[in-house]
Amino acid sequence: MARFLLWRALQTVVAMLGVSVAVFLIVQLVPGDPIRLALGTRFDEELYQAMRARAGLDQPLLTQYGGWLARAVTGDLGVSFRSGEPVTRLLLARLGPTSLLAGAALAVALAIALPLGIVSAVRSGSLVDRIATGFSQLWISVPDFWSGIMYILLFALLLGWLPASGYVSPLDDPVRAAHHLVLPAMTVGLISGSVLTRFVRSAVLEALHQDYARTARAKGLSRWQTVRRHVLPNAWISIVTAVGLQLGFLLGGVVIVEVIFEWPGLGRLAYDAVVRRDYSLLQGAVLAIALMFLVVNFLVDLLYGYLDPRVRRR
Amino acid sequence: MTRRLFLLLLGNRLALAGLLVLAVLAAVAVVGPWLAPYDPNAVDVPGRLAGPSWAHPFGTDNLGRDVLSRVLVGARVSLQVGFVAVGISLTAGLLIGLVAGFYSGAADALLMRTMDVLFAFPAILLAIAVLAILGPGITNAMIAIGIVYTPIFARIVRAATLVVSAQLYVRAARAVGAGDLRILLRHVLPNIAAPVIVQTSLSLAFAILAEAALSFLGLGVQRPDPAWGRMLAEGRDFVSQAPWMGIFPGLAIFATVLAFNVVGDGLRDALDPRQRSVIESRGQG
Repeated sequence: MARFLLWRALQTVVAMLGVSVAVFLIVQLVPGDPIRLALGTRFDEELYQAMRARAGLDQPLLTQYGGWLARAVTGDLGVSFRSGEPVTRLLLARLGPTSLLAGAALAVALAIALPLGIVSAVRSGSLVDRIATGFSQLWISVPDFWSGIMYILLFALLLGWLPASGYVSPLDDPVRAAHHLVLPAMTVGLISGSVLTRFVRSAVLEALHQDYARTARAKGLSRWQTVRRHVLPNAWISIVTAVGLQLGFLLGGVVIVEVIFEWPGLGRLAYDAVVRRDYSLLQGAVLAIALMFLVVNFLVDLLYGYLDPRVRRR
Repeated sequence: MTRRLFLLLLGNRLALAGLLVLAVLAAVAVVGPWLAPYDPNAVDVPGRLAGPSWAHPFGTDNLGRDVLSRVLVGARVSLQVGFVAVGISLTAGLLIGLVAGFYSGAADALLMRTMDVLFAFPAILLAIAVLAILGPGITNAMIAIGIVYTPIFARIVRAATLVVSAQLYVRAARAVGAGDLRILLRHVLPNIAAPVIVQTSLSLAFAILAEAALSFLGLGVQRPDPAWGRMLAEGRDFVSQAPWMGIFPGLAIFATVLAFNVVGDGLRDALDPRQRSVIESRGQG
């Protein structure tokens, strides 16, 4: 298990280094001078030179990357080219809302996918199966930016049940926070849930067709006992893999949903940074989201070890 | 194989329906501008925000433009971006995957680790980052989406190439003196086609969604050109007064993506015997 952990940790660190190179290159590849672009009409030669020196843009490329990486490791991602505020501080302020939204969306997705996927596999070919498969097929094709707007129209504007947009911290007012969370979490969660339903269904179906499941049934176990004791423990590995992959979609999905629902998260920050040509901030936001994705996938791999003794022994 | 594939697809009612929708869409993309009852960019301020009627079946937008005409003309943009972007991913993914899978070693490690890095970014975020560098616009959106979906093709092609390269017929071809290029084109490529075809169809659905998302964010197709994502973004500001501005372009995106998805699923069932046997056994169960 220790070797497995060490190997996965090493792979994650290598991937993080690769991501850091790609993210570092964002500022380098922008045509023209990113600081000149960010300053726009506020251009001032003295300020411009100071910001260039502070961002290290007057150094050779490799030196710049080394310096940027060394500072990034200590949590210093420079300052926003626009506002002059430290990028790390801006990111930390947005981390909570994005984590809350992604977590809630994942909860919605799992609440749909687990029961629906399991039941539709166990009752394969039944009406429930056909409804579940139909739901999954349809919702996979729904654009989140469209369903989000339709939910606003229905639940906020027509029925008046929920707020159309905005964010309230659960620390300030948990009830209002939950109200604001429902629509964005539902927008991402339903789509993610439809994808996961397919994975859960096919993982359970595959395990149901294995010899051990047939043997358990032959021994006299009921269908649901077989599912609980033999099928699900074996299907979890595939399901957890799918959940890990879905987290990437969730983190990507929150970019659009945060824009629609004016949710002050990392995705919204990245979008605003593109619109305002604030490339240092964009660099930070993209890095933060990609690192979150890598860390989550690493944690998913750790879960494998817990779920599958064969992985532990490797 | 093509005939067998076509027959298998025809036997799948859902895939057949998807194919029909795609055929209609392709026709609309070609003749859309002539089919549109009005000029999609013709502004008619007195007739703005009018609800669906005989004159304007999908209503009019905030500038009085006919929504139906804009949806019809927008089909071309969506399909064009989808096909070009997937063409980019497919070409790049094929080249990378074939080289990595066939030659292995350092080339494989370098190429696939680069693909892994691209995979570490959520797709839409990577597309936004690429567009931040290239600048907004339809051509750059196609390139951005093309880059985003390259790693998945590269992985699929590499995996299939690894399997095919170890086959006896490839070794036999090498033994009789065939060069690398000949082996790749004559023996490897035809035998890795099945998963690549399936992925192409599914990627078209993703690419169309991605283009609409980028245009929605204002990074893809620019004003005043009609694009479904762009129309949705404009409709968002008028959702309480004129919901039809968002409903119809959204339905168009949904129907297109759904059609590509069911055709992709149909192709997978037809081309992957293992998957097909599972499905058949499900049907019997």
